Amino acid sequence: MVSTLETRQTVEEVSGDYKYGFVTDIEMVKAPKGLNEDVIKFISAKKKEPEWLLEWRLKAYKKWLTMEEPDWPMLDYKKPDFQDIYYYAAPKSADDRPKSLDEVDPELLKTYEKLGISLQEQEVLSGVAVDIVFDSVSVATTFREALKKRGVIFCSISEAAQDYPELMKKYLGSVVPAADNFYATLNSAVFTDGTFVYIPKGVRCPMELSTYFRINEANTGQFERTLIIADEGSYVSYLEGCTAPMRDENQLHAAVVELIILDDAEIKYSTVQNWYPGNKDGVGGIFNFVTKRAACRGKNSKVSWTQVETGSAITWKYPSCLLIGDGSVGEFYSVAITNNYQQADTGTKMIHIGKNTSSTIISKGISAGKAQNIYRGLVKVMPNAENTRNFTQCDSLLIGDECGAHTVPYIEAKNPTAQLEHEATTSKISEEQLFYCLQRGLDVEEAVSLIVNGFCKEVMMQLPMEFAVEAQKLLGISLEGSVG
Amino acid sequence: MTMLEIKNLHVEVAGQKILKGLNLTINPGEVHAIMGPNGAGKSTLAYAICGKEGYEITEGSVTFKGKNFLELTANERAGEGVFLGFQYPVEIPGVSNMNFLKAAINSLRKYRGEDDMAAVDFLKLIRAKAEELEMKPEMLKRAVNVGFSGGEKKRNEMVQMAMLEPIFSVLDETDSGLDIDALRIVADGINRMRSPEKSILVITHYQRLLDYVVPDFVHVLANGKIVKTGDKSLALELEKNGYAGLGIDENAA
Repeated sequence: MVSTLETRQTVEEVSGDYKYGFVTDIEMVKAPKGLNEDVIKFISAKKKEPEWLLEWRLKAYKKWLTMEEPDWPMLDYKKPDFQDIYYYAAPKSADDRPKSLDEVDPELLKTYEKLGISLQEQEVLSGVAVDIVFDSVSVATTFREALKKRGVIFCSISEAAQDYPELMKKYLGSVVPAADNFYATLNSAVFTDGTFVYIPKGVRCPMELSTYFRINEANTGQFERTLIIADEGSYVSYLEGCTAPMRDENQLHAAVVELIILDDAEIKYSTVQNWYPGNKDGVGGIFNFVTKRAACRGKNSKVSWTQVETGSAITWKYPSCLLIGDGSVGEFYSVAITNNYQQADTGTKMIHIGKNTSSTIISKGISAGKAQNIYRGLVKVMPNAENTRNFTQCDSLLIGDECGAHTVPYIEAKNPTAQLEHEATTSKISEEQLFYCLQRGLDVEEAVSLIVNGFCKEVMMQLPMEFAVEAQKLLGISLEGSVG
Repeated sequence: MTMLEIKNLHVEVAGQKILKGLNLTINPGEVHAIMGPNGAGKSTLAYAICGKEGYEITEGSVTFKGKNFLELTANERAGEGVFLGFQYPVEIPGVSNMNFLKAAINSLRKYRGEDDMAAVDFLKLIRAKAEELEMKPEMLKRAVNVGFSGGEKKRNEMVQMAMLEPIFSVLDETDSGLDIDALRIVADGINRMRSPEKSILVITHYQRLLDYVVPDFVHVLANGKIVKTGDKSLALELEKNGYAGLGIDENAA
């Protein structure tokens, strides 16, 4: 069992090394601490929002006051004190939104450079357009003019509220209603920024779009909201990445993502989530309570969620697909790694409403240290959904003997023509596998990394090239030698 | 210099004494065969040489090319040029044979202070070796040993051996589970590894492999010790008279 111990130590050592944990010292504008109607009005005013949106927020807030934080997940944590959080924090320099990168605060540019994202370089070199969200505001969006020429709208959601009120009114809250669940409703009341994307009819978005979320300020929650609309026959691939400083207190991240996919359109949504996971004793880290949902409204529409989750102290997240249009397709590919005291209760929901709809779920959970990793998934076939298909595969990998993996599948089929398959496995990195690799010359880190990457292969293959390399490294860092 | 020198080796596994004072010296260029009844400690010897965790050396020494091998980890021993052909090759899902071997070769090169092998050279080499061992090219893209038949797994071990070019190979029952054609291919692979600089230790239950790979020395391992050493004729004698003919109780171990 010695090599397992070694593996565990390697894992602990390497994962202690959260390299995104620095803090940017920058002058901030904040709303008063706590949550009440005045704070919501403050946020709305800061965003120069139209009246209807403020009303929408206040309605959500009233609803939220009547709701209870869910306690059904298999998660053990101290519930946040919602009055002890700043709901709005923005760099002072972003008060007047910079028109171009030249006007962006150099301190911010430096921050992103340290995170490995050079905005100037990004503008010139890579073919990826980025929206940068720092605490509560979007501080820069690249390539927007180039995209505009193709009719693609790529901007912060605050701008969209001002510039594209029709689209916002039509789609905001149409997939995740303001009263959906405790965290989504909180988000509806206080969401600060996020990304808005609209791909017009028949357009294949010429580049990958991405958002990089960064929590910086202490005691601040990040409540971003993302809304992506793929009009008929369009296609977009969207990526998001997240990091936060190392702090001893837990910080709240409660986001909402809504995707709308019309006839024959497709959205590919990829996430590499690397929020600060807390230290090896379980102190600090982000509470990640996220509601992500896609509505495949059109016939033959398709959505695919791919996520690599390595961060956060607590993850509560179930990217879902409403397969409404006939022949629509939903896919969910997930790698969730938990180490030390991290806990993840994550999975997906596939709701088959239209005829001939199909869905695929591939979930890979990796648990090390004292972590708990739960897959929770629902496959539901409605009475009118003829000839639907689902394939689900949930694999768990355990490293060491103090961690846990759990699979909680829910299957509800209300139409007899449905074909549903579910496969699940749990395995350990065995002494035999490790020794086999070592005997061929690999060291323990390399061996664990190789085995874990092999375990996650089906999911990693789904990531866009630009992300795949980074994600592989991240696996390595979170666990590695192996992961990574 | 001797390749491998084992003196008075005592090994315990989970508190149980398996090897009890084993001595063995192997010189460059020699092929040694170790035979013995089930449970005699043959695989334990292989694992102890290669540094598997859980095989506790309580007494004795293992010296490889003048180095105290017991101070090195398993991957360092591989770096020194030792290869173990596994009796039960391990499956690694999702990792192709190709990627596995590339990682292994580059790790060994790193240990020896060399640069990574160029991708083109690697491809050429692996195709050539697969052809020599009559392995279909598509097998190289499949995950390591996953869904391989017993014979395919053993052949895969030989491809790995050919690629990694060890100076000392320990082959643990490489012949078990092979039909006669596969046995010939595997034996050819082993014979190709023979050279004045390289040594091989063949662990086997039956003498039929030794018809193809003719050893310089044959040792009989029983009850944790080498009880008899001879040449090829010892293997034939064992086949004829069994271990009982040597006065060894097959169930004593």
